Amino acid sequence: MTPVLAAEQLGRVLPGEVPVTLVQEVTLAVERGEFVVIMGPSGSGKSSLLYLLGLLDTPTSGRILLDGRDTSGFGEDELATTRLQKLGFVFQFHFLLAEFSVLDNVMLPLRRLGALAEPAAQIRARDLLEQFGLNEHLHKRPHQISGGQRQRAAIARALANDPPIIFADEPTGNLDTRAGANVRQILHDLTRDFGKTVIAVTHDLTFAKAADRRIGIVDGRIDPNWQASLER
Amino acid sequence: MSIQLGIAVTHLVNRKRPTLVSLIGIVLGVAFFLAVSSLMRGSERDFIKRLIDNSPHITVSDEYRNPQVQPAVLRWPEGAVEVRRVKPLHEVRGIRGHAQKLTFIESLPGLRAAPTLVSAVVLTFAGRTQGVTITGAIPAKMKQVSTIEEKLIEGSLDALAANSNGIIIGVGLAKKFGLSMGSVLNVAATTGEGRALKIVGIFRTGNASYDEAQTFVSLKRAQSLLDRPNRVNRFIIQLDDPYSARGVAALIEARTGYKSVSWLEASEDLMSVLFVRNMIMYSVVSAILVVAAFGIYNTISTIVMEKTHDIAILKSMGFHARDIRWIFLAEGVLLGLIGSLLGLLLGTGLMRLLAGVELKPPGASELVHLPIYWGYEQFLLAAGFALVSAVGAAYLPAHKAGRVQPVTILRGMG
Repeated sequence: MTPVLAAEQLGRVLPGEVPVTLVQEVTLAVERGEFVVIMGPSGSGKSSLLYLLGLLDTPTSGRILLDGRDTSGFGEDELATTRLQKLGFVFQFHFLLAEFSVLDNVMLPLRRLGALAEPAAQIRARDLLEQFGLNEHLHKRPHQISGGQRQRAAIARALANDPPIIFADEPTGNLDTRAGANVRQILHDLTRDFGKTVIAVTHDLTFAKAADRRIGIVDGRIDPNWQASLER
Repeated sequence: MSIQLGIAVTHLVNRKRPTLVSLIGIVLGVAFFLAVSSLMRGSERDFIKRLIDNSPHITVSDEYRNPQVQPAVLRWPEGAVEVRRVKPLHEVRGIRGHAQKLTFIESLPGLRAAPTLVSAVVLTFAGRTQGVTITGAIPAKMKQVSTIEEKLIEGSLDALAANSNGIIIGVGLAKKFGLSMGSVLNVAATTGEGRALKIVGIFRTGNASYDEAQTFVSLKRAQSLLDRPNRVNRFIIQLDDPYSARGVAALIEARTGYKSVSWLEASEDLMSVLFVRNMIMYSVVSAILVVAAFGIYNTISTIVMEKTHDIAILKSMGFHARDIRWIFLAEGVLLGLIGSLLGLLLGTGLMRLLAGVELKPPGASELVHLPIYWGYEQFLLAAGFALVSAVGAAYLPAHKAGRVQPVTILRGMG
């Protein structure tokens, strides 16, 4: 079966007087519905790898296959459209647009894709927010709700267009223990109940233990030893 | 409402003060643009109207634009010897076959024509002499092509038909010589012919040199005085549409062969002065809008800087670079549109205010209103320029916003 996402000899070097290697020779495959966690020391290239896999950054070597399709030939517009339709992002900070209500934030990707008419899009966004216990905060601005609620709203936004893959960059890094556990559970449920593929970067060992697979990254490479230590 | 427009509106509404400052810049720019340009165009049109009203729209004279080809050249085009300045022994100057030519001109639609005989003569009164221009005209025809009847402060043009020895003079000449209605003065032509003529009318045009040096007699009297029987040397033509004068003049010249000068050609230097004046005026009033556009640039640039994180998030969500550009261009368009609309309203108010101003220019006997031009093109031009300036001002920040790389911003935050 074709993996939903695969990377082959992926590398990313930042150009400059002294080029900086962020990611090198990363080869991996992620199956549909898998919950994968990327771990490693600070500055090891975890987030850089996530951005490459999420088509937010362009590799300087290697390629990324999405549903078996090589994305290396995609132009900027095609990459954006692919992100809109197939990928969802959750970051350490919620990054909800401060001037919009919680509902409008979730509506943003729905409106941009335009696959659903406005009333249907509203229903979809409300359903998602209700699912995450935010039905009483639909018309509040992000600053009027708690950190955990904001992160749940951000997850709802990432799920708005029903993408098969969710990328999460330290999604619990900015939350207290209780809110973090809640977000962790939501991401876990996404794979178990909705068949989504979740690829997350985290420092949180509890989070990592809940994943199907853990990948260790050191100096931009997959480090089997680190990986083995994580499995223990 | 599109999502891009929705985001643009939200950005502006949430930044009330800078948005208001940018709007005020555009509103004032458009209002002043409109008020100043309508005043300048109004004065220009007033000037042109006076020019059109007080001078013939087309003058056909007994001259040729280019010298006529000598008969010898026509006969022997390859001849080795060129004979120049061949003329008839006795040439009576004037428009040849003027009756037929006048019939042709009068057959053209939308015009009225009057034949005249114009020459220089010398007036003598009480031992004083002055060279003046005498125009022999048929009063009934002259009334159709000239406003001179309206300028008469005493007498009438018809008096020339009733009294073959009558003459109409300007108020300047009357004052200079101490003449009044019924005074008799002597008129001597260059041919040596002289005649005593009685003043049957006095006009005042407001043009001092014209009022001092122009006189009118009947056409027959002019023909006998100048010894040019049955001759005319000018056709004065007035058009329903003065702005078609150039084309009609060219047609008449092509058909009659005589030099036919439109008022536009005769006033070319004045028209070019007006054109330059308009250019200067538009440059100055446009500068106000350019300055206002900097306000928009500043506002949108600030929003782009403040919203870099949002831009990165929108792009990571799948918004295209062009979506982001549209958001910020839409902000410029919105500011331009609203500013233009409010500016047009304020400008209209200013125009009304200016139109109500009464002035008494030096030497004038009556109060005059400031001439305001209400043509719709002024409104379109002001709004159009404001809109273009606003979009131009928004373009650079919008372009910059479209180029934001989400990963660069996200890395900086992680």
